[in-house]
Amino acid sequence: MDAKKTPLYDVHTASGGKMVEFGGYCLPVQYETGVIREHMAVRTACGLFDVSHMGEILVEGAGAVRYLNRLLTNDYTVMRVGQARYSPMCREDGGTVDDLIVYKIQDDRYFVVVNASNKDKDFAWMKERETEDALVTDVSDQYAQIALQGPKAETILRRLTDRIPEKNYTALFDGRVGEIPCILSRTGYTGEDGFEIYLAPEKAADMWALLMETGKEDGLIPCGLGARDTLRLEASMPLYGHELSDTITPLEAGLTAFVKLEKPDFIGREALLAHATPERRRVGLKVVSRGIVREHQEVYLDGQPVGVTTSGTHCPYLGGAYAMALVRADIPAQGARVEVDVRGRRLEAETIALPFYKRNR
Amino acid sequence: MTFPKNLMYTKTHEWVLLNDDGTALVGITDYAQDQLGDLVFVNLPEPGDTVTAGESFADVESVKAVSDVLSPVTGEVAEINEVLADEPQRMNQEPYESWFIKVREITDRAELMDADAYQAFVATC
Repeated sequence: MDAKKTPLYDVHTASGGKMVEFGGYCLPVQYETGVIREHMAVRTACGLFDVSHMGEILVEGAGAVRYLNRLLTNDYTVMRVGQARYSPMCREDGGTVDDLIVYKIQDDRYFVVVNASNKDKDFAWMKERETEDALVTDVSDQYAQIALQGPKAETILRRLTDRIPEKNYTALFDGRVGEIPCILSRTGYTGEDGFEIYLAPEKAADMWALLMETGKEDGLIPCGLGARDTLRLEASMPLYGHELSDTITPLEAGLTAFVKLEKPDFIGREALLAHATPERRRVGLKVVSRGIVREHQEVYLDGQPVGVTTSGTHCPYLGGAYAMALVRADIPAQGARVEVDVRGRRLEAETIALPFYKRNR
Repeated sequence: MTFPKNLMYTKTHEWVLLNDDGTALVGITDYAQDQLGDLVFVNLPEPGDTVTAGESFADVESVKAVSDVLSPVTGEVAEINEVLADEPQRMNQEPYESWFIKVREITDRAELMDADAYQAFVATC
């Protein structure tokens, strides 16, 4: 299958984006500035990302809340219009179908944002479980998405609109940036303050140009998938296919706050209850030796294998190599000295508290 | 992108400087560093190790991925460039100054290209 182009494809190639295939889309992994400078721009100023590959699904009908509460591990009973709420979506066996964000547009209308690489699987999963009073529609082709992330994001946006979502994890469905209508959401995947802007694909290039022009003086630069990954890892946010998967439960991934076991019923609840104290869990690793730890590398304690890494890289802002791993639950989450097998070399690492990086509010 | 005339090149984007005294310096090309992106670590062999033409002798880590570096020559590692351990960004900034290893007692070479041939080769990549 040929990779799809996002509405910003021509903008990326014209601005020196190095294009790769990801989640069925052709997207820039980096621009000419490189991943490290893009990463640092988001931590210290602002970065602009094309995340149009993400999937958008509508759930509509009088039974929408009941449907979501059955489908997802988080609780959607009490929610104000404009709020956004993260949740894992589980299989009956407790494994994870995907992780996603649900926005409440109105009492009987919810907007669900899912990972690009899982979109078709998610939509099929949701459609199979659709009810007469909760109808599911894939609206991904109707939306481009642009993420404006970093401490200067609010400053930049305020030059273009007098209405922004004031609180983290809220959104305006009738937002406007410049003259362009959009859903303006105060969310992101970088560990910084920032906004995710959903808009009509045919307006995406205009929005991108407007934001770049407006933010230039604040140090805004375009950022690719490379920086998106190093930023989310530095902020210790899970990525589906790494920290979460069909065979990794959200409890193992440490997402306990988003799994409401006290809800009477949801898909996966029984399996999760049966393993409410998982045998393995996600921990953070700081690499002590010289070298970089990547995903799928064995972790050892006192010479015994105790788990495997799920993601790892050099974290530019913290200035060192960090990784996340799924390890035996009895391994201390802080201060345990372990070794990681990196292509036959054993690198020393230490378990440290997550997240690695947390912004000052 | 530059292609110094005094160097020879491999199809896998390493450069080698063949010295008159029979030793050689080895590094990665400007094209290689550009393709790899920001480099953050290099894992080098030890002096005294043997390297073999066409086989991996080091790996470089970018923020995104790890890549093997293949030796253009067979011989013994005489010296390694310790500077790269502390300043890996030099491989991006000055790829042709950033030699990885100095090799002596060279007994074999991989298939090598001169600068013009390599530049033409890169144009097809």
